Amino acid sequence: MYLTDQEKRILDGRHGEARRMALSILVDLGELFGAEEMMAVSQVHIDSSVYMVDAGIEFAQRMVELGGRVAVPTSLNISAVDFERWKEYRVSAALLEKSRSLERAYLEMGAAPTWTCAPYQQGMIPRFGEQIAWGESNAIAFANSVIGARTNRYGDLVDVCAAIVGRVPRFGLHLSENRKAEVLIRLKGISGEMFCDRSIYPLLGFLLGEIAGDRIAAMEGIPRDVDVDSLKGFSAAAASSGAVGLFHLIGVTPEAQTSEMCFQGAKPAEVVEITAGMVQDAEERLWTARGERVDLVALGCPHFSFMEFRELARLVGGRRIHPSVVFWVFTSRTVYGWVRGSGLLEDLGRAGIGVFTDGCPLQIPTDSWNFRVMMTNSAKSANYCYSQTGLDVAYGNLEDCVETAVHGRIRRGRPKWR
Amino acid sequence: MEMRLRGYRVVSGRARGEVIVTSQPISFWGGVDPATGRVNDPRHELFGQSIAGRVLAFPFGKGSSTTSLIILELTRVGKAPAAIVNLRTEPILAAGPLVSRHFYGREIPVMTLDPEDFGKLRTGQHAEIDADASVLTIKD
Repeated sequence: MYLTDQEKRILDGRHGEARRMALSILVDLGELFGAEEMMAVSQVHIDSSVYMVDAGIEFAQRMVELGGRVAVPTSLNISAVDFERWKEYRVSAALLEKSRSLERAYLEMGAAPTWTCAPYQQGMIPRFGEQIAWGESNAIAFANSVIGARTNRYGDLVDVCAAIVGRVPRFGLHLSENRKAEVLIRLKGISGEMFCDRSIYPLLGFLLGEIAGDRIAAMEGIPRDVDVDSLKGFSAAAASSGAVGLFHLIGVTPEAQTSEMCFQGAKPAEVVEITAGMVQDAEERLWTARGERVDLVALGCPHFSFMEFRELARLVGGRRIHPSVVFWVFTSRTVYGWVRGSGLLEDLGRAGIGVFTDGCPLQIPTDSWNFRVMMTNSAKSANYCYSQTGLDVAYGNLEDCVETAVHGRIRRGRPKWR
Repeated sequence: MEMRLRGYRVVSGRARGEVIVTSQPISFWGGVDPATGRVNDPRHELFGQSIAGRVLAFPFGKGSSTTSLIILELTRVGKAPAAIVNLRTEPILAAGPLVSRHFYGREIPVMTLDPEDFGKLRTGQHAEIDADASVLTIKD
């Protein structure tokens, strides 16, 4: 790989040990994928900020000790805890301390304490075509597909390296020719009123991820007026069921205003149809809950937006959550400020809904709560729920989640695809 | 019987172990327990089985970008696979063994095989992998 004199000096250790190690890892990564040179990125989103395992703390602390500081604007993904309301959230002292260790390390490096998996719905939003390095699979898919910014699927720790040197190897989705769609997905018998139930979007994303695997798929038939929160749910679901860093929605996403655009003039290598039956099957496969019992309704995977909060308050409509159900919403500190400032927080509080920041429904301290069954409107959350939390999961739209919480037992509307 | 398969080096290193093979992609986060090395995704055909110390063959990675961190932790606690064999290795997956080598100085070689050779792998076979030479040797 060609390296500039400046990059060679970094690899020689003349700019400190943290930058040396960071660039060494990135150069090796580039060698693996045939990159010919390194390139600058304008911003980084670090996924490694959530405490999962001790290796994550060891890595962050060592980088700080070695003098690692971020070289470009850098946002942080979620934490495992809510740093403000951790007592109410019943996190253990041990988990709090480990999360604090990560917090100290990343703030010392100079990252912004955004603590969100949806950096695209607050301040740090890349432009179309901007070269960035993001971790967090849902954010990667959203940035590439919906915004048209350019990032590879950067794994944990590599994102930290990219932040420290502000550079990544030039390969993969950074290059126009690698952003071409290979698979065309057509919707068969899915249109019109089926899209009125917005839980169809994450299900279609989930199916796209399964069909695409690690290829780039283009889907035809998504309504042009799809709202941004549905695209968020779609991206997250696709990136959880496949290795999806980029997808195209023909007529909707910026690099796919026409079919010719996203296939770059070529013919699809494969054409696949999704039927209403497949949507129903995907929905059934996400459910592990049996019966009507529900203990927790958890929303905000990815983090809840301000518009979703408004919709939630409207659906609750002054009713109270059933005493046998815990209802939590997870969001960023930024959106929390808007919700508090708008009066919505008081409305939700009166209904018995708790709002947490920084954390994630998949990181709930299950040891402290006797939950067995969770309901969510996120296909990503539903997909990972059992393996991450040990809880069985039910999936529905926002209205299903609210009616379930108010009545204390699982309620499902009847979507048009069933 | 011995079978030599030629592949492509992704991450260098040498290892040996018992093959465990699946046709399904794996997300390490939400798919593998970082404390035990057991597959904990109930939808996965390897659910409940351990990948620790084995030559883990799966077509390609999927899902969370935390995959690389889970691989680093598996290395830290001694539950990492001995080696990884894929059809295609995506950047998030490659990052795990790469950082493990730079940070803990431990090798998890990664190789890719063509579909035809990948299809010759069976769970329970004993394999020696020399990623530098891009050779996987199967000893039944």
